[in-house]
Amino acid sequence: MTSIGTGYDLQNSVFSPDGRNFQVEYAVKAVENGGTCVGIRCKDGVVLAVEKIITSKLLKPGANKKIATVDRNVGIVSSGIIPDGRHFVSRARDEAASWRSTYKAPIPLAALAGRLGGYVQAYTLYSSVRPFGVTAIVGGWDSEGELGVDGQVGSGPSVGTGGKKPGAKAGGPALYMIEPSGSYWVSLLITRDGIHKTDKAHSKGYYGAATGKGRQTAKSELEKLDLASGNLSLEAGVKEAARIIYVAHEDSKDKEFELEMSWISSMDGPTKGRHQEVPKDMLEEAEKLAKKALEGEDEEETTAPEGETMEE
Amino acid sequence: MNHLPQAWGRPRDDVYGPYDASYLQSRLPQAHTQSPIVTGTSVLAVKFKDGVVIAADNLASYGSLARFTDVKRLRPFNSKSIVGIGGDVSDMQYLDRLLNSLDVTENYSSTGHSLNAKNLHTYLSKVMYKRRSDINPLWNQMLVAGLDGNDEPFLSSVDLLGTTFSSPTLATGFGAHLAQPLLRKVADDESKVADVTRERAVEAVKECMKVLFYRDARSLDRYSIAVVTKEGGGVEGG
Amino acid sequence: MAITFSAGVILGADSRTTTGAYIANRVTDKLTQVHDTIWCCRSGSAADTQAVADIVHYHLGMYGITNEEAPTTQTAAALFQELCYDNKDQLSAGMIIAGYDPRHGGSVYSIPLGGSLHKQSYAIGGSGSTYIYGYCDSYWKEGMSEEEGIDFVKGALREAIKWDGSSGGVIRLVVLTNEGAIRHLYLPDQDYKGPGKG
Repeated sequence: MTSIGTGYDLQNSVFSPDGRNFQVEYAVKAVENGGTCVGIRCKDGVVLAVEKIITSKLLKPGANKKIATVDRNVGIVSSGIIPDGRHFVSRARDEAASWRSTYKAPIPLAALAGRLGGYVQAYTLYSSVRPFGVTAIVGGWDSEGELGVDGQVGSGPSVGTGGKKPGAKAGGPALYMIEPSGSYWVSLLITRDGIHKTDKAHSKGYYGAATGKGRQTAKSELEKLDLASGNLSLEAGVKEAARIIYVAHEDSKDKEFELEMSWISSMDGPTKGRHQEVPKDMLEEAEKLAKKALEGEDEEETTAPEGETMEE
Repeated sequence: MNHLPQAWGRPRDDVYGPYDASYLQSRLPQAHTQSPIVTGTSVLAVKFKDGVVIAADNLASYGSLARFTDVKRLRPFNSKSIVGIGGDVSDMQYLDRLLNSLDVTENYSSTGHSLNAKNLHTYLSKVMYKRRSDINPLWNQMLVAGLDGNDEPFLSSVDLLGTTFSSPTLATGFGAHLAQPLLRKVADDESKVADVTRERAVEAVKECMKVLFYRDARSLDRYSIAVVTKEGGGVEGG
Repeated sequence: MAITFSAGVILGADSRTTTGAYIANRVTDKLTQVHDTIWCCRSGSAADTQAVADIVHYHLGMYGITNEEAPTTQTAAALFQELCYDNKDQLSAGMIIAGYDPRHGGSVYSIPLGGSLHKQSYAIGGSGSTYIYGYCDSYWKEGMSEEEGIDFVKGALREAIKWDGSSGGVIRLVVLTNEGAIRHLYLPDQDYKGPGKG
């Protein structure tokens, strides 16, 4: 982008003559320097992963979590300005709680993404505020079981409910990405990342999403996975997510990082529909495989004719 | 002379004598629930050496009508505690949703710590006392069963006034009259709890549920019973 | 009253509204639609229950539009419950919520006076219900066919009309299935046998 906003970049509520909101574009810049985040929608769950650059040797390993839980079935991770991300999460929790108090059920991911998109978008309209300096990946699992009403007593017919339409399967994995502009599912058209087309009415957002510094590498890795076919299992997704974060980190190798991952499975899966940290042993295993995959690539490179190896 | 705006346009006190301000009251005092409608009866619980046994029947009465016979009145909280609730069923459901939202927010901090039965009881007692102080009580009596911070068996009660009480054996409602004396034979003070086995406690509670079914006109022979130990708790129908 | 059956739910009600001993309306419609295939049976104060149903109707309409997805019976029950519980001091409303949605099939919820919420396989309410607890308990079967279900509801309502002075008039039914909502009407001068559908 040209660094000349010619005065139209100083106020949020003012368009430039060619129809741009520079403040939003600058917010995207803040995101582009953040740690890489990846979200993968698998057939039986969702994985979230983030590259946490270690900014100080004094930081306690495993402290300062970057992936947050919303209600029980949603996880949010974001790249960009960390406090903005925290506020975003706090808003998501409020929205989820408000939905629960009205409808006595967990908020569907599509509704949560919609509300959060609306909230972020409002910060592009006023001169008194600046847009959110984050792109957030929101992943979750809408319960596929029959949901009751919070607090209800009684069980209904012992033979089960009558007239249930076979194949009227509700729920399942969902993945969204919300950008500083406030756009969410249609954002893939705007950002031209061209991962997959989504149908609006019953879209569950993205198959795979990536943001932050290593997003380009991560996105091209995600595209190789053929997520649209819905064959990738959650366990495989965890390994892929770890590998992608490691691959995306290659460009900033000099910095040390820590991998944080969370997952959400179906009700009969390992997390029982809840958003949880990926268990330690599983995370370590995934990291081991990721490192191995990278070494494999290096080996290939070293066998290439001399002079063609890339140097930095 | 009173120049305050509130006195404008009213007969002057110095001319007509003090004005009876009670006529100015435009609102009646706020009135709230003064009686429960759909109700659950007793909850019983006994501590034993490794945990607590708790039971409540599955009936929600509508006056003397046995209207709903499949109401679970034992509510698990984060798989470590169980709250047994008697009294108004709509308020029980409110409390259940409150505890659910508490559980959701508690899980947000990933410290690994979670609320134990003692914390839960303190929380509930404050909720109940606040509501009675607003003259809008939650019409319930509750027993909280689980473990305290030292993993010792914990059992305590809260009622609609926010009154708390703790003892090795507890019973609410009709059970306080009929079952408590029988349960005290199992453990009448804290020192005896260490000698009570799980089997003995379960047997005593089941016996009391039977007595209550015989003598409490608002009871049912189908009940839920749960045992909470260090290994967690589980509710089962009975 | 409302029941679940093999293909959905059936709601049924008499048509009498009284002010004391006077029948203010002998052809009342106590079966109120709050969404396409979510309906409720109203008992208690007519004004209160109409107001509550109107509010829920509005909210469900908004829900359907904003979420691009029809609300479930559970959503409706939650909204009814919240209104009845929060305003229990002001209201005299006993509601039965019955609905069909493809995900949950037919479901029936009862919200009695205090504002508690009970999921049931069938629910009865209102002044006449006390007279038919025995009838319903004896004749109730789970997973009935539509015809059996209609006969069960009609039989129960006929008993309520027979014994309860505050119940009477015609019998109205609504059958809620995957096919949508179908109204039935049964008149006392045809011995509650017709005209039936439509």
